[in-house]
Amino acid sequence: MTDPALEPYGDPITGPFWEAAARRVLLIQRCEDCEACQFYPRPICLACESRHLAWIEASGTATIYSLTTVHLRTAPEFEPPYVTALIDLDEGVRMLTIIIGDNPKIGDRVRLAWRERDGLPPLPIWTTEWRKQ
Amino acid sequence: MSFWERNPIYVVGAAETLLGVVPDHTELSMFALAAQEALSEAGMTFKDVDGIFVNYMGEEGSVQVGEYLGISAPRYVDSADIGGASFVAFVHHAMNAIPYGRCEVALIGYASRQRSLRNRSYTLKERGLDNAAQFEKPYGLPSPIGYYAMIAARHFHEYGTQSEQLAEIAVAARRWAQLNPKAWKRNPLTVEDVMESRLICKPLRRLDCCLITDGGGAVILSNKERARDARKKPVRVLGAGESQTRWNLSQAADITVTPGVVSGRAALGMAGISPTNVDFLQPYDSFTITVLTALEDLGFCKKGEGGAFVENGRLAPGGALPAMTSGGGLSYNHPGALGVQIIIEAVRQLRGEAGARQLEDPKIGVVHGVGVLLSTAATAVLAND
Ligand SMILES: [Zn+2]
Repeated sequence: MTDPALEPYGDPITGPFWEAAARRVLLIQRCEDCEACQFYPRPICLACESRHLAWIEASGTATIYSLTTVHLRTAPEFEPPYVTALIDLDEGVRMLTIIIGDNPKIGDRVRLAWRERDGLPPLPIWTTEWRKQ
Repeated sequence: MSFWERNPIYVVGAAETLLGVVPDHTELSMFALAAQEALSEAGMTFKDVDGIFVNYMGEEGSVQVGEYLGISAPRYVDSADIGGASFVAFVHHAMNAIPYGRCEVALIGYASRQRSLRNRSYTLKERGLDNAAQFEKPYGLPSPIGYYAMIAARHFHEYGTQSEQLAEIAVAARRWAQLNPKAWKRNPLTVEDVMESRLICKPLRRLDCCLITDGGGAVILSNKERARDARKKPVRVLGAGESQTRWNLSQAADITVTPGVVSGRAALGMAGISPTNVDFLQPYDSFTITVLTALEDLGFCKKGEGGAFVENGRLAPGGALPAMTSGGGLSYNHPGALGVQIIIEAVRQLRGEAGARQLEDPKIGVVHGVGVLLSTAATAVLAND
């Protein structure tokens, strides 16, 4: 992959997310003071402004909030049509992602999956399929 | 007497740049000609300008523009970047600078040659590098259309809005464009045509999207005393407001709600009017869904009722709420940031200069700019009084 914009930054705040992704573990931040979860990572809790944030492993289950089927070629690694979605994790945070599996719709429950990438950590994506991978 | 009654602000000049395909100019040269025409309407020259409110025509906002136009010592410069909403926001900024004497004659504007340069790519590279991009870029969502598509999809899901209703917005814009000799697209358009156009990001189709053209414009704002020099009727700015919500779509609680709620409340509140007092609306129609959410968030209808609101040609010629009366970004011209041109069209309507598309004696018009990924908004209320 040549586009540097697609590479993780691994900055001090977000680095642990990508290091865990390399082990196929999805981390989100949870506040040690108010227990609110947040994504994407920041040094301060948006709920209570505490600086005491810990990483927790997400349960890996979520609900589709909105989605679009992309019929446009944006980059060589994306073969249209594909489904990009906003999902609400059961922990209460929202992420942009790709959905695989049959006919995803808003409100559908989805499960964490991982997409292998050349020279980059696996990318967390989500699937409508509930069988074991 | 209120502060704004004692210190009224006027648009004293307004002019478009060359439009469509402009092969024989640069952005700066196009803008220079438009700015001069706008100043001419105001009875002014570049020597009168002491406030510069521009963006996207050089690496440092106002600096190249000021030098190019020979405005050597402005007292107020502003190149705030909130995307397509910037130019209506500049009206807000200028009206807060002029009464305090921070500047007296504000030049607001923009030009681009997006069509000639073909620099609009629906690709991942379009969005700048920012911290949170590492969590969105890898997912291949085309920007900006993919984001607007997800807003539309959620609106459809929550409120039962339908593609045919979005198509009505594109058809209304085209019907206005057919009355505007400067419009890029003037051939007849039906709801069926829109529905049969190519699906790009479901549910948005090719004809839900704005044009890509060269264009731009300039407007001049000043105070009551200087407005006496104007060669054309000054148009009063009754109110203005701006806001922003989020950059990444994942950071909004409800993606169907735009910052137009805040900018609209501020602008209409300042003007002391409600949507029922508005004779026409110039919304930024980057996509059909952009207009639908603007109607709701500005209070022309309730949240979720935008689809039904636009049916039966309500926004079209002869409709109850004329909107996009130039043909808008969907059919008249869209140079990457339409914001200044919606102000110009409002001025033309309020002065009675709009030719075949002229409304019957309009008194109050609302212009509503939006920007980025429905992330920013600015609203202004203009009046013929
Ligand atoms: Zn907290």
